[in-house]
Amino acid sequence: MYRYDEFDHRLVTERVEQFRGQVARRLSGELSEDEFKPLRLMNGVYLQLHAYMLRIAVPYGTLSSRQLHKLADIARKYDKGYGHFTTRQNLQLNWPALKDIPALLDELASVEMHCIQTSGNCIRNVTSDHYACAASDEVEDPRIISEIIRQWSTFHPEFSFLPRKFKIAVCATKNDRAAIKVHDIGIQILKNAAGEIGYEVWVGGGLGRTPIIGKKIGDFIRREDLLAYLEATLRVYNMQGRRDNAYKARIKILVHEIGTEEMKRLVEEEFAAVKARGALQLPDAEVERIKAYFAAPAFETLPDAMPELDAAIAREPAFADWVRANVTAHRVPGYAIVNVSLKPIGKPPGDATSDQMDAVADIAEKYAFSEIRVAHEQNLCLAHVRKKDLYAVWQALSAADLATANVGLITDQIACPGLDYCNLANARSISVAERISERFADLKLQHEIGRLHINTSGCINACGHHHVGHIGILGVDKKGVEYYQVTIGGAADETAAVGDIVGPAFTEAEIVDAVDTIVKTYLDIRKDGEIFLDTYRRVGVQPFKEKLYAAH
Amino acid sequence: MAQHTRKGAQFQAVTANRLADGVVVYLTADNGWSESLQHTEVAEGKEAGEALLARGQQFFEPGNLVLDVYLFEVEKTDNGIRASSVRETIRQAGPTVRRDLGKQAELAGVHE
Ligand code: HEM
Ligand code: SF4
Repeated sequence: MYRYDEFDHRLVTERVEQFRGQVARRLSGELSEDEFKPLRLMNGVYLQLHAYMLRIAVPYGTLSSRQLHKLADIARKYDKGYGHFTTRQNLQLNWPALKDIPALLDELASVEMHCIQTSGNCIRNVTSDHYACAASDEVEDPRIISEIIRQWSTFHPEFSFLPRKFKIAVCATKNDRAAIKVHDIGIQILKNAAGEIGYEVWVGGGLGRTPIIGKKIGDFIRREDLLAYLEATLRVYNMQGRRDNAYKARIKILVHEIGTEEMKRLVEEEFAAVKARGALQLPDAEVERIKAYFAAPAFETLPDAMPELDAAIAREPAFADWVRANVTAHRVPGYAIVNVSLKPIGKPPGDATSDQMDAVADIAEKYAFSEIRVAHEQNLCLAHVRKKDLYAVWQALSAADLATANVGLITDQIACPGLDYCNLANARSISVAERISERFADLKLQHEIGRLHINTSGCINACGHHHVGHIGILGVDKKGVEYYQVTIGGAADETAAVGDIVGPAFTEAEIVDAVDTIVKTYLDIRKDGEIFLDTYRRVGVQPFKEKLYAAH
Repeated sequence: MAQHTRKGAQFQAVTANRLADGVVVYLTADNGWSESLQHTEVAEGKEAGEALLARGQQFFEPGNLVLDVYLFEVEKTDNGIRASSVRETIRQAGPTVRRDLGKQAELAGVHE
């Protein structure tokens, strides 16, 4: 796994020291809130409804056991003993006191973590596939290039004050688990006919007020040129992006306004100029150096068939359920990928207690090479587990209330903090997700329904990815009362699409029934082998509309 | 800042977040800040509301004790003062989730 070098370490500790001084001067009144706010945001500190909130970066969603133990400690010591894993693979603490944050950041720095670039109009945490290094059709570990981008973008002077925030995601398999097409830049790693690795570049995707699926502008950028190409794209955006209106400042609006072809032309032009200067060529040696950090762990040679495992599955239905939903094939025989659901029935999606974080860190240490992944669906993942250890892993997870067998099913929902925590919210998200989860708690029913993603956001900022949920729920405010607008047919994967609005919004009392009606309609009209999204794509929004509003 | 009260609101109070820890507080009659809505001073009518807000603002600048000072609508009920909106009810009594913790556990009745 990548370890900070001395340079990183010095930067981070200097930054913490700086922030300590800034907090002290804020508390003494020397700095006004207007002066301080941009400084605290640069360090990941927001003010929410009830308290400050701290957003901790988890680069490309990879954590070591040591780091996760530290996050558990910090949440226990400075917060209320839990944290919230987000769709951008970060961890948010909901209750830290401002006066404690410098000490908290010191502790984070001791495990090479920080909150830099988790806020503000800069290049944010690079996100990637939580199955990195474990998926069978992976072209190369997407974290290598993610890390190179992280190093290039950290404190990049030219790109610290962009028109708006900038999010990059990287994917190296056919199945896109990183939602690259709804990012400002999405990178798809490819291999050409000659066996060389290159990068497809998608630009201008995003959610928020104006959801747009990214457009492809680069077909096959060679490895040594990738940073030059990204620099060119960012530069075009930095020069041409709108700064007059925050809602129109994302790169997606620029691409939309000037068109994909023009964007491509401008980027190519700038790319040629950057290349001519030659400064940003990525040397092979550097790539190799970074690659070494992400070398696959020492896998054993094992048989893929595992009679003991089959016997345990046959013997114990609860274990069988868990294997069926949460365990996925690994590229190496005898190994499996374990998804750890943070979606217990009736509980907040993405929350984990300190005790649970410790438990996962311990399990990873014992059974998964001390490595934990955060998935953008707000779950955790143990990427490399020996099949012969699955039963023990399941038992250990069960003991920590972490064995909910629902990954990819209807109760595995994404939800933003919403009005329960968020200062910008119109309506609650988490409590809606909790009630939906209770409604569909029956596992047999969940499997009958099959893969179905419900995503909920508490306002149009779309942190809960509602536009790309198979069913999306958006909280709106009507005179201080919570209402929910429903979309269907969204998707965040390689078939990315923005959902269709079904009609007028539902009240808080109606919303769970509305979801139920959509699901029942689908079950009635689906053809064999279809998941919800297939049925929607075949029939469109109309049949759902009719059922939803028939009674109105 | 977004508007959290309503034109024509009869009763209003002033809230803020405490600078040092972000905790929700309410302006009291003796110019203190209480964590309990029940201790807040309630202003009746537009002018009293504006006066109360101006008093509260002093503690942001130059007072430096709180931030995000604003007026919100309340109701006086037999069971004490209540916030009118869902948002302010959640600020008062904590998230409606994780009811085992914090304010939401202490003020369990408010979200019922
Ligand atoms: C609780 C404090 C939060 C605040 C104040 C906040 C604020 C915002 C804002 C203002 C936007 C819209 C930006 C734009 O369209 O230009 C946004 C988008 C977004 N946020 Fe958050 N957010 C918060 C929490 C979260 C959480 C918890 C997650 C993950 C669950 C998250 C992930 C995202 C994502 C994925 C988007 C949309 C993608 C895009 O940028 O187009 N945010 N957020
Ligand atoms: S979508 Fe809105 S309510 Fe939800 S976290 Fe983002 S800003 Fe807050």
